[in-house]
Amino acid sequence: MNKKNKSVVSYNKWGYIFLIPFTVVFIVFQLIPLLSTIKNSFFEHYRDGLEVIGPRWVGLKNYGKLFSDGSFMTYFKNTMIMWVMGFIPQIILSLTFASWFSDPSLRLKAQRFFKTVIYLPNLIMASAFAMLFFTLFSTVGPVNDIIKGFQLLVGTIKDANDYVPYDFMAHTGSVRGLVAAMNCLMWFGNTTILLLAGMMGIDTSLFEAAEVDGATARQIFWRITLPILKPILIYVMVTSLIGGLQMFDVPQILTDGSGAPNNTATTLIMHLNKHLYSKNYGMGGALSVILFFITGVLSCVVFKFSGNEDKYGKA
Amino acid sequence: MAEIHVNTLQDKTKGGVKSRRAFAYVLLSIACVFCLIWFYILIINATRSKGELTKGFTPIPSTHLFENLNNALHGTQPILKGMFNSIFVAAMSSALSVYFSAMTAYAIHAYEFKLKKAIFTGILAIMMIPTQVVALGFLQLIDKMKLMDSFVPLIVPSIAAPIVFFYIKQYMESALPLELLEAARIDGAGEIRIFNGIVLPLLVPAMAVQAIFSFVGSWNNYFTPALVLSTDTKKTLPILIAQLRGADFLKFDMGVVYATIAFSIFPVVVVYLILSKYIVGGLAAGSVKG
Repeated sequence: MNKKNKSVVSYNKWGYIFLIPFTVVFIVFQLIPLLSTIKNSFFEHYRDGLEVIGPRWVGLKNYGKLFSDGSFMTYFKNTMIMWVMGFIPQIILSLTFASWFSDPSLRLKAQRFFKTVIYLPNLIMASAFAMLFFTLFSTVGPVNDIIKGFQLLVGTIKDANDYVPYDFMAHTGSVRGLVAAMNCLMWFGNTTILLLAGMMGIDTSLFEAAEVDGATARQIFWRITLPILKPILIYVMVTSLIGGLQMFDVPQILTDGSGAPNNTATTLIMHLNKHLYSKNYGMGGALSVILFFITGVLSCVVFKFSGNEDKYGKA
Repeated sequence: MAEIHVNTLQDKTKGGVKSRRAFAYVLLSIACVFCLIWFYILIINATRSKGELTKGFTPIPSTHLFENLNNALHGTQPILKGMFNSIFVAAMSSALSVYFSAMTAYAIHAYEFKLKKAIFTGILAIMMIPTQVVALGFLQLIDKMKLMDSFVPLIVPSIAAPIVFFYIKQYMESALPLELLEAARIDGAGEIRIFNGIVLPLLVPAMAVQAIFSFVGSWNNYFTPALVLSTDTKKTLPILIAQLRGADFLKFDMGVVYATIAFSIFPVVVVYLILSKYIVGGLAAGSVKG
């Protein structure tokens, strides 16, 4: 007995040994960078031409500047507008599709095919996808060709040369709309599969009982499915929000980093990226720290609700 | 009484189900069209010559695909080199991420030690830290380590991948009985041999799913590589795509631009279509547990 205990203890030191790679890499490549990012946020440190200004301790001045010059709120607003524009259609589509896939009375065929296709855009290189949309929606691209063809067909214009191409990249609404549409397209399949997994976990006797009581499909969806799904829905929404705050590739490539027109499509991370390129460490640090705290708070919400998933989701 | 009620209900809803099913098929098909049409236009345009592209869009493919691909590969952008760089970085980081995440998960799953709970909670807590918010300190650090413009900072950090860790840890709970480890120990196997020889083979299904996701994630990653890599021949595909956007694109042969985009998108599409069964299934499996 004694001997056995002793050997168990010596086995258990391997728990620490096997944790070494993760811990070392985490400390070196995440923790130390995080701490030095925080440190940077309290210093004035940037480049003016070839001259390096600082580092000089300024306390919270970088944070103050971020808010007083309005840059944080502007880019935060841009990011949120584009996220909401993409998320609302995304969640409606995902809820609808997931409830159809999981509805036993519908008996949809070819589910594998549909799931495979709607998940596909999620795996596409976002930068290549944005470049593709840029070429398709450019003034000489196929979308304008199609609009031209349509206008010729219905007779709004008489001659192909009369057509004035719509410049999607020059209008705030169309640029934000394209970014939102791409985000929605890339994520609704993923969300559908997540919600579907949650819906499949609901006890089917609940549906049967409701059906026996004469509930319609709509009533079942609003009165049974949605309330049970609430924790998963919140989980999906908050993780999507965290992802939305990190929005970068699509607007960056679509607008070539300019956030055109007039920075109305510049996101927080695009702004951070600019600071990183110009080596403006002070302001970049302050922006990073704020983003870190927002993400941290949102993560706590995720954990609160993913813990409850067992309680409600698999009732 | 109840039976009669059910019967009338079914009679009432029979037509309803049929029309709802038809509606579902129509809407799902439209969604599929919206997912695929971009790639269809991409393929069509990649097969058309510069002259044909200026004449306007047609849905019929042309014959210049190989010419466009050839021009793309021998153009100013080192696309082929970029692809090899992307494959190298993605394959290495995916392999490291999966192997060491399995090791970390094994440490938490199979052993009892004092800090176990604290470390597990800690790993979950750092799961959501976006790479972007530590990028500033990260860049300063690798600059000090003289690792700028190298693949190392793009590969090695993937050893600490909390999401991969969490997925494999969940899988272990159902696939790795601790009695098995006891038996192996009685047979005299060392801990490292048990992990490599017995545990890893049992984890292959979970590791394969996560390897695919890690590979795709690294393949598509633009933010960090763009800040780290500066030599043209070291750049990965997303950076080259961004440069394509940055150049005055009207000067380009658009057929070549389309061929380049196709070149960076389609490898992943093909792999996905072959493995879709596991990917879509694995995604749902992870989410049920997670």
